[in-house]
Amino acid sequence: MASYNMNQVRTGLKVLENGEPNVIISCDFIKPGKGQAFTRVKMRNLLNGRVNEKTYKPGDLLEGADVIETSMQYLYADGEHWFFMNPDTYDQVEADAAALGGAEQWIKEEDVCNVTLWNGHPILVAAPNFVTREVVETDPGLKGDTSSGGSKPARLETGAVVKVPLFIQTGESIRVDTRTGEYVSRGKT
Amino acid sequence: MTGDAAEWRPTAGPTALQRRAAMLARLRAFFAEREVLEVETPLLSAETTLDLHLEPLSSTVDAPGIAGRRMYLQTSPELAMKRLLAAGSGSIYQVCKAFRGGERGRWHNPEFTILEWYRVGWDVHRLMKEVAALIETLLAGSRRLEPAAYVSYADLMRRHAGIDPHEASTQALRRAVADGPSPVDTSGLDRDDLLSRLFGERVEPEFAPDRVTVVFDYPASQAAMAQLNASDPSTAERFEAYVGDIELANGYGELRDATEQRQRLERDLASRRGTGRPLPPTPSRFLAALESGLPPCAGVALGFDRLLGLELGAGSIDELIPFPVERA
Repeated sequence: MASYNMNQVRTGLKVLENGEPNVIISCDFIKPGKGQAFTRVKMRNLLNGRVNEKTYKPGDLLEGADVIETSMQYLYADGEHWFFMNPDTYDQVEADAAALGGAEQWIKEEDVCNVTLWNGHPILVAAPNFVTREVVETDPGLKGDTSSGGSKPARLETGAVVKVPLFIQTGESIRVDTRTGEYVSRGKT
Repeated sequence: MTGDAAEWRPTAGPTALQRRAAMLARLRAFFAEREVLEVETPLLSAETTLDLHLEPLSSTVDAPGIAGRRMYLQTSPELAMKRLLAAGSGSIYQVCKAFRGGERGRWHNPEFTILEWYRVGWDVHRLMKEVAALIETLLAGSRRLEPAAYVSYADLMRRHAGIDPHEASTQALRRAVADGPSPVDTSGLDRDDLLSRLFGERVEPEFAPDRVTVVFDYPASQAAMAQLNASDPSTAERFEAYVGDIELANGYGELRDATEQRQRLERDLASRRGTGRPLPPTPSRFLAALESGLPPCAGVALGFDRLLGLELGAGSIDELIPFPVERA
């Protein structure tokens, strides 16, 4: 991969730091009128989400990380790995639980997910922002309660437990925001 | 920032342009009242700074009588203004453009507006007070500043970085920089680089936002063009003025000893050579002016755009100049 000097670093660039892929989230040029210039760089580690800050001299180089984000179709899971396919090339990759990081409780076969690949291996899988899923288990609601007041937990076919209004019944589909884990509406039937 | 259809548009709005014009008028009134003469010197000159941390931009000029002369856009008007002082101009000021290659960031643009002035017969402490007065006067319409604070470089470094800048070993400075909240690989950094980094990281953020802070008695190794303190040659008659953590001005009790000045320039040239940097010629007209005699004086340069930024509460230099380098 290419190296980047301090005139080339910018927000969004993917670089290696201590051998791990990071994305640059800010860089500030610091230069006293009389004195050495520095660049202060904040980056987020793509493997663990931690934000680190380091300061670089003008001659320092950052090594680029081969990181791409791409849309891939979820195929199936074998209990240990989740398999995704590039819809253009039919190439398949397998992601582990760390890469899924909770996305596994939302996704269903044929969902198109945003997958981050590092050297061709998935390190981050994001479920679609909104999914429509069937409720497989929830307490029966009170008769006649159609809209307001109170909520109850409901288990979805993919495993997630979501707070839903009391009128939602087992067997219904609901639309959920996977980023917040919140119920949005009744799904299309 | 490239390929944007809106790139012809200024990044600074009409308010910034109006306030800039008004501040320039107040600035000229300030100096007129004090009988300091406004002057103009060349932006493009055959002589330039040799400062290791400044990168002059250059051009080749071909004109009748001047065949292929390498000339430099000034990094500040210091050399030419000192030639005027040596020729007997008396106290002078200039507000003009200065150019520094390699500098671009929130508060940096390679081309910016600088205010520089010299007070003949003044000592550095008197000029420090005038710098605070100028900043307070020009900002009076927009913010109420507490009385200026004057504090020595060493006091600040001891208080906020726990380091005695004159006594601490280079090893200790290296450790302090490497262990800071935003660590740096310190290889290739010399003692002054380390001190400068500690000052920027530990001291500057502590400055009160609502007053001018004047820092004086910089280490002799960072004297630049300041004379050394007669009573303590480990420090120089150099100061800087801040509002909050924004560095606004850098001033000196000016070095008048031509021999000492020549030695410093030769040291700078050797450092530039050692790091493979461009080597501008030794500024011989400037040195000749010093040899003929610079009157005792104190001088200072101030970043005018940043001062305007404080008036407007701006978050970057791009809000203050219509066409930053990417759109120039």
